[in-house]
Amino acid sequence: MLCLNKVRLALIAAFAMLAAQAAHSQTEAAQTLDQQVNAIFAASTGWFVNFIFAPIPGTNVAWIVVWLVVAASVFTIYFGFIQFRVWRHSIHLVSGKYSDPNDAGEVSHFQALVTALSGTVGLGNIAGVAVAVTIGGAGATFWMILAGLLGMASKFTECTLGVKYRNEYPNGTVSGGPMYYITKGFAERGLPGGKILAVLFAIFCVLGSLGGGNMFQANQAHQQLAGVFGDFPGWITGLIFAAVVFAVIVGGIKSIAQVTEKIVPFMGILYFGAALIIILMNLDRVVPAFGEIINGAFTGNGVVGGFFGALIQGFRRAAFSNEAGVGSAAIAHSAVRTKEPITEGFVSLMEPFIDTVVICTMTALVIVITGQLTTDPATGLYLLGEDGRILTATGATGVGLTSAAFASAFSWFPYVLVVAVILFAFSTMISWSYYGLKAWTYMFGEGKTQELTFKIMFCVFIVVGAAASLDPVIDFSDAAIFAMAVVNIIGLYFLMPIVKRELNSYLERLQAGQFKRYK
Amino acid sequence: MSNQYIVAYDGSPAAQRAVDYAVERSKTSGAAILIAHVLEWSPYSFLTQEELAERHMRRTEELARAKSAIVDPVVASLTAKGVPVTSDMRYGNVPDTLVAIAQEADAAQIIIGRTGQSTIVARLFGSVAGTLAQMSPVPVTIVP
Repeated sequence: MLCLNKVRLALIAAFAMLAAQAAHSQTEAAQTLDQQVNAIFAASTGWFVNFIFAPIPGTNVAWIVVWLVVAASVFTIYFGFIQFRVWRHSIHLVSGKYSDPNDAGEVSHFQALVTALSGTVGLGNIAGVAVAVTIGGAGATFWMILAGLLGMASKFTECTLGVKYRNEYPNGTVSGGPMYYITKGFAERGLPGGKILAVLFAIFCVLGSLGGGNMFQANQAHQQLAGVFGDFPGWITGLIFAAVVFAVIVGGIKSIAQVTEKIVPFMGILYFGAALIIILMNLDRVVPAFGEIINGAFTGNGVVGGFFGALIQGFRRAAFSNEAGVGSAAIAHSAVRTKEPITEGFVSLMEPFIDTVVICTMTALVIVITGQLTTDPATGLYLLGEDGRILTATGATGVGLTSAAFASAFSWFPYVLVVAVILFAFSTMISWSYYGLKAWTYMFGEGKTQELTFKIMFCVFIVVGAAASLDPVIDFSDAAIFAMAVVNIIGLYFLMPIVKRELNSYLERLQAGQFKRYK
Repeated sequence: MSNQYIVAYDGSPAAQRAVDYAVERSKTSGAAILIAHVLEWSPYSFLTQEELAERHMRRTEELARAKSAIVDPVVASLTAKGVPVTSDMRYGNVPDTLVAIAQEADAAQIIIGRTGQSTIVARLFGSVAGTLAQMSPVPVTIVP
């Protein structure tokens, strides 16, 4: 117990130092904020980033990508291609065909799915895909789709466990996620080390929520705003974002979140619709585009690293976008009211499909179809710039490339995209503030003071994230999100027999017609 | 068909008029009254992460509040008058849920008050009373 308290104290001190250093450097020397924070982070976290993104010896393949793909493949095989077997049943569950009307007023499968989706659909789908195809070529799309399909099995596993081992408190609230299933599941199976893994996960989750779920989002949103309104100091964007997020997570002004979240699905549909129209307008280029994707997937068409370069980019961006295996979705899905945890697993596996197989693929198709990637007419290979990236028609990269691709069909679309990026960034921040908070309270205990400490720290990091382009910080936060996956997947390997038992028992009863259909 | 009136009750003056009307009618017909209170709810509405986690607690609170502040007082006053009365509280789409309650109770009719205001919202989307009149499988009495 004493030891645990020491660990807690050390953790609090470490987080306080991080926050203080970031805040200090901001007020003291605004001009040198970049250098100061960059230097601090690069020096203290470089080893961690290098470790997470280290290539497997003799290759240029980051081991973390292999780790995610192997895990997704193992779960896919172990559960007998679950993602293709239960599709119909998943749709029935989401549409409420098995929901008891007497449970109306409780969280439905649909609500849990949409909330989790609003945390994952975002910049990964718009900016991430553009990065993937400029580095890995059109072929990256193929591997992205494959990774999305495999990732469905990882999501299924973690979300089932999230519901099964959540904490239900006497007042009716719930807390769930990897830290809870790793602790309880390991104890149930008599395995050692559950507590250590859970705390490790919680630490990475807090760092991931401050980084990828916060600073990265604020930073990209500012870049978009600056692109439209001209350059202006990032801290202004940061302060506005921080104020709004503060109002929602500390002030409890739910209306702001609700309004945003109502616009987010609308934005998603608009984005999807615009992409579909562009694809239909260029119907004659769809078959060649798929040809380019398939061909590029196995040859690379001249990208750096060849076919392997395409594969890595596809897998890496897919993992980033749908978060399968990361463990964050297990926190989101754990609130659903159901007697059968496995049903939430069935519902959650639709998430990587919608996020990656549908939305990311649409983005990639639009970029490829509108001819953004330049090729050498003589050889048919991509033209590469000095940085090894494919030269694009307009010279744009990242969000800019997606924007240019849509603008080639609809000149007004970049403005819609700015609004979409800001709203997506905001909803991702709100979601991740919750994931981070759950990890924080897991380590430091539930309570108003602990919650407020984390929430204020979260808002401070928004300003820091928007104020400067903090490459090492962003690298670090990406690394932290992937580090979550390392811990989470170790847990999943040990706990997957429990999911298998649940699955077999449920499917038997389903076939025997033991579950009542209400609609 | 059972001799039972469903009264849609939300504690408003219009709902009170519906109750008064039902009581008056039941004196001659001897019908029992079922006070139906529906909490508007869609399983497709959006909730934030925090709302998801607190939903079960909120639901329990909402039901307790509706029972003590809205349903119990009217049930007590009808019982005092000697009218046979029961109650039902549910979540859902208001007209759909009232119809479901009426069907399950095999009710003689549904009695609902109307506010009488013709707002632009009601014109565009319809009112509960208007929707009920169109979709109810049992007679509907709309009390002005």
